[in-house]
Amino acid sequence: MQPLFQQAAGPTLRLVLFVILSVVLMIADHRYEHTEAVRGVLSGAIAPLRYVVSAPADLLGWTKGHVTSRSDLLDRIDALERQNLRLRARQQKLDTLKSENDRLRVLLDSSAKRDSRVLVAELLSVDLDPYRQEVVLNKGTDSGVYRGQPVIDAYGIMGQIIHTGPITSTALLISDPNHALPVQINRNGLRTIASGTGEPDRLKLLYIPNSADVRVGDEVVTSGLGGRFPPNYPVAKVVKVERQPGAPFANVVAEPKAQLDRSREVLLVWPDNRHPRGGVSPAQENLPGQARGGNSGPAEMPKDLP
Amino acid sequence: MSARWWLIPLTLIVALMLVVMPLPDAAQPFRPDWVTLVVLYWCIALPQSFGLTLAWIVGVLLDVAHGTLLGQHALGIVLVAGFALREHQRLRVMPVPQQAVVVTLLLLGKQALVLWISGMVGRAPQNLWLYFASPVLALVFWPIIFGLLRDLRRRYQLG
Repeated sequence: MQPLFQQAAGPTLRLVLFVILSVVLMIADHRYEHTEAVRGVLSGAIAPLRYVVSAPADLLGWTKGHVTSRSDLLDRIDALERQNLRLRARQQKLDTLKSENDRLRVLLDSSAKRDSRVLVAELLSVDLDPYRQEVVLNKGTDSGVYRGQPVIDAYGIMGQIIHTGPITSTALLISDPNHALPVQINRNGLRTIASGTGEPDRLKLLYIPNSADVRVGDEVVTSGLGGRFPPNYPVAKVVKVERQPGAPFANVVAEPKAQLDRSREVLLVWPDNRHPRGGVSPAQENLPGQARGGNSGPAEMPKDLP
Repeated sequence: MSARWWLIPLTLIVALMLVVMPLPDAAQPFRPDWVTLVVLYWCIALPQSFGLTLAWIVGVLLDVAHGTLLGQHALGIVLVAGFALREHQRLRVMPVPQQAVVVTLLLLGKQALVLWISGMVGRAPQNLWLYFASPVLALVFWPIIFGLLRDLRRRYQLG
């Protein structure tokens, strides 16, 4: 029979060759950024498999939607209408506040913030390396997704994009032990870093002095330092403050607002200085791509720690 | 027979799909290493048409699917496949339970290597020892894979 691949060299030599190739590839992937393009291409090749695997779950959801009874649907429409009404009322208030805010900003002579652009993406139900808190999204570079892009859901920050393929991308969740996010306490502006713990319902707030004013129930929002995440998005809520006499910092635990293990639809955000297609501002490009690997420390660090 | 060459890539693709298939979080560490099992079968059954090159390519694809360092699983698979290719005559005459034991030992070695590399780059899992459950499960899954692929191979008269 015809062999698939010609046996060129001796088996041991070939084995050694492939071992060396693997090691070189690993070092290149770990230390340098060049393999990101290779990973993108290969991930494009695997993407169809991911869609196929994800199809049964999608079909189940679709079928469920189609066989729901009429009364259930009517109930849902009622509930949604009520919610819509509530949201509209709040929107009106928000509009007034926004115009007021704009007026005040003009008075203060500071530049008004523009709205960020967003794109809805869906999670593909696929599993990745079980050691890490990661998800695969069904949008890729074709939609303008870029590395380091913030991912949010309806409740708060979820994470950031770490790999991009043509039609899929991988996001690292804020609960990953290798992820760190510059945040501040909404109540008093105290800056800190929210680091993942590996559990989807716990974040650690780092470097908070024992004497700092942090209470259970405090809202934690992004500070915008580090330039990767837009400021003032909700991140978490403080659930435990443990002041340890003798230790330099308090042990503060917060619960993420985003439904990290339940959300199916997420939003990709283009902060003001990025554009969905092609536009890459130099400031963002210069950010070191530290999000993956975790070898080089937290994904991003604010420059001025409290 | 050479018209049936697609059978090998097809089984590998199905194995890759099983690897990315969603499982409950609790069952994660117990997911059998389908790809390596299939690679091992072809190494033993058709060493003349299944080489290290294909094993290595599949390994890199597995790395992409898992989101691990490129080359991490590839290294493990190539080493395991190299051993199986060298010993295929001895492995082939073994009864299936004995084969299962050898395969399990190979997979344990591979898992240790993969976890060790993960640990070196600071990505080791929380409950490390749980992840050795998956290779041990090969004791159960090898006879299934073996029977299945042998039937396929015979039906399509490969090799």
